[in-house]
Amino acid sequence: MDKPIRVLVAKPGLDGHDRGAKVIARAFRDAGMEVIYTGLRQTPEQIVETAIQEDVEVVAMSILSGAHNHLFPKVIDMLKKRGAGDILVVAGGVIPDDDIPILKEAGIAEVFTPGTPTAQAIEFIRENVRR
Amino acid sequence: MADKEHQERINKAKRDWEEKKLEKLLLKRPERKENFVTGSNSEVNRLYTPVDIENLDYLEDLGFPGEYPFTRGVQPTMYRGRLWTMRQYAGFATAEESNKRYKYLLEQGQTGLSVAFDLPTQIGYDSDHPLSEGEVGKVGVAIDSLEDMEILFDGIPLDKVSTSMTINAPAAVLLAMYIAVAEKQGVTPDKLNGTIQNDILKEYIARGTYIFPTQPSMRLITDIFEYCAKHVPKWNTISISGYHIREAGSTASQEVAFTLADGIAYVQAAINAGLDVDEFAPRLSFFFNSHNDLLEEVAKFRAARRLWAKIMKNRFGAENPKSRMMRFHTQTGGSTLTAQQPDNNIVRVAVQTLAAVLGGTQSLHTNSRDEALALPSEDSVRIALRTQQIVAHESGVAETVDPLAGSYYVEALTDRIEKEALEYIEKIDELGGAPSAIDNGYIQKEIQDSAYRYQMEIEAGKRLVVGVNKFQVKEEPAKGLLKVDPSVGEMQKKKLEKLRRTRDNSKVSQGLDNLKEAAQSDKNLMPYILEAARNYATLGEICGILREVFGEYEQSIVL
Repeated sequence: MDKPIRVLVAKPGLDGHDRGAKVIARAFRDAGMEVIYTGLRQTPEQIVETAIQEDVEVVAMSILSGAHNHLFPKVIDMLKKRGAGDILVVAGGVIPDDDIPILKEAGIAEVFTPGTPTAQAIEFIRENVRR
Repeated sequence: MADKEHQERINKAKRDWEEKKLEKLLLKRPERKENFVTGSNSEVNRLYTPVDIENLDYLEDLGFPGEYPFTRGVQPTMYRGRLWTMRQYAGFATAEESNKRYKYLLEQGQTGLSVAFDLPTQIGYDSDHPLSEGEVGKVGVAIDSLEDMEILFDGIPLDKVSTSMTINAPAAVLLAMYIAVAEKQGVTPDKLNGTIQNDILKEYIARGTYIFPTQPSMRLITDIFEYCAKHVPKWNTISISGYHIREAGSTASQEVAFTLADGIAYVQAAINAGLDVDEFAPRLSFFFNSHNDLLEEVAKFRAARRLWAKIMKNRFGAENPKSRMMRFHTQTGGSTLTAQQPDNNIVRVAVQTLAAVLGGTQSLHTNSRDEALALPSEDSVRIALRTQQIVAHESGVAETVDPLAGSYYVEALTDRIEKEALEYIEKIDELGGAPSAIDNGYIQKEIQDSAYRYQMEIEAGKRLVVGVNKFQVKEEPAKGLLKVDPSVGEMQKKKLEKLRRTRDNSKVSQGLDNLKEAAQSDKNLMPYILEAARNYATLGEICGILREVFGEYEQSIVL
C-alpha cells in the first residue's frame, strides 16, 4: 500500500478566515492524507520551516485578505532555496482570476477559488504529488 | 378547558386529513425529498398548526414591542417610527480614498458610517511593521495615527453621523483617536454616536484578529465600559458578534448560543470589576448574520431577543428595561455568496435583507454581489444599498411591527432555536463559561463540525446551491473588480516616517511611559490611551507597549 500523502495546510499573512483551511484540512484527512495545520498568522519563513521539519509533500495555503501576490511567491522562493522545490504547492481563497496566471508563473501548481469541491482539490493533489 | 378541547379537535381533524387526503396523495405523488431541513439542518415538518405552538403564552412569550421579553421588537412602533439604519461597511486603501467612499455613500442616502480597517490596524501593527507587508490597505483602511483618522473623517461632522468601527483588540485606541478627532472638530464626547465592535471572544473563536491574552483583553473591554458610561454615554461600547461565528460555519442556533455565551462573559466580567449592571448594559449591542433560510433567520432574531431579555433579568437581575433589550446590527451572509454567476447574489442578498427586517434589526449592511471575488466595486455597493431601500419603501414589510408573529411555523422555530441555544449555554456554563470553552476548543470544534457537514452536503448534492452544484453555466472572468493600489503600503510608510520626524517626540515617549505604568497597575487605561493618541503616538506604538506588559494570545488549534 502507498504511504499516505503528507500535507501542510497553512495560513500565511494576517487574515483570520480559516473556515476554508479547516474544512479542506479535514477533507484531506478523511481522504487518507496526513495533515498538519499551522494555525493563523504564519510568516513565509515559518511555513517553510514547518514544511521541511514535517517532511511534507504538499503545502496547501489559503489567503482571503488579498495579500496572496505578495506572500505565495515568497513561500515558493524560500522552499527552492532550502532545497525543497519538489514540494507541490497549491493555494486557495479569494483570488481574482487576473492573479492566477501570475501565481502559476511563480510556481503555485493550482489555485482553488470559492465553490471548488474538496474532492477536486484532493484529486489534483493525488495526481500531481511528486513521489 | 375550552382551549384544550379546541386543540383536541384540531388534532383529530389533522389526523383525519392525513388519513383521508394525504396518504393517498403521497402514494401517487411522493414528496420531492424524504427529509426536509432548514438551512441549519433542522428538520422541517410538512405542516404547522396551532398544536405546534400549544404552549405559547402570548403575553409571556411574545408580549408587545418595546416591552419585555422584546420578542416582537425593541421599539413600540419599530419601522413605522424610523427605518433601520442603512449602514454599509466600507473602507480600503488610504484614509483619503475611504473618506471619498464615505462621502459618496452619505450622498446616496446612507444614514450611518461603518469603518473597515485593514488587518495590520486590526492587529495593532503600523504599516511599516514587517508583518504588515502585503496587507496594508487591503481589507480596509490603514490607520497608523490620529493624522490618518483626521483625514478619514475630514468634512464629516461627527456630531451628525453615527459611526460603527469594526475594531476589536485595539478598540480602545481607535475609540481614543475618534474622540480626539471630534475634539478637533469642536464636538464633545457626550455628543458622539457610534459603535466599536470590541468583542474579543469571537476573535478567538472565529475571526482571528486578537492580540492580547484573555484576561487583559477582558480588562480593556471593561475599562471601555466604565469610561464610556461616564464620558461617552451615547456610544455602543461593544457589538457582541455572532456574524463571524456564523460565517465560520455555525448553525443558526449555534450563532445565537455562542454569541449570548460571549455576552454573558462580558457582563459577568464587568460586574466582577465592580460596575453596576444597569449602568453599562444599556450600551451593549449585538451583531448577527442573515442567511438564506428566510423564516429560520426571522425566528433566530426573535429567539435571540427573547433569550437575552430573560438572561439579563433572571441571571443578572437587570432592572432597567434598556439593559434587557437586545439591539442589533445585521449583515447579510458573506459565505452564502457565490463566485459563480455573481449577479445571482443580488437575489440572495434581497432574501437576507427581508429576513433581517422581518426579524427587527436596528441597522443593516447588505453585501455586494462581487464579494466572493474581491472588495466590492462602487456599482455593486450601490445595488446593495438600493436593495435595502426597495425593501424599506416598496415591499410593505416595514409598515407593521413583527408581521410574522403568530405564524405557526415561525413561532415553533423561534421556540426551537431558543431551546437549542439555551442548551448550549448550559453546556458552556458547565465548562466554566465562554472563555474556558474557547480555551479548550469546544466552541470552535462545534462550529467546524457544522461547517464540514455543510460542505459535504453540498458535495454530495444533498444541498443545492444555484450556480455552484446545479444550474451551472460556462462563465467569462468577472470584469470591473476593485483593485487596491499596491503603492498604498509605500504611501503609508512615507506618511509614518514624516510623522515620526515632525511630532513632539518627548510628549510621545512620556505618554507611552505613563501608559505602561498604568497597564501594570489596575487603573482604567482609556485616559492614558487617549493622551497618547492626542500626541500622535502611533497605533503600533500604543499596542506595542500593551504587548510588552500583557503578552500575546496563543491560538488553540483544533481540527
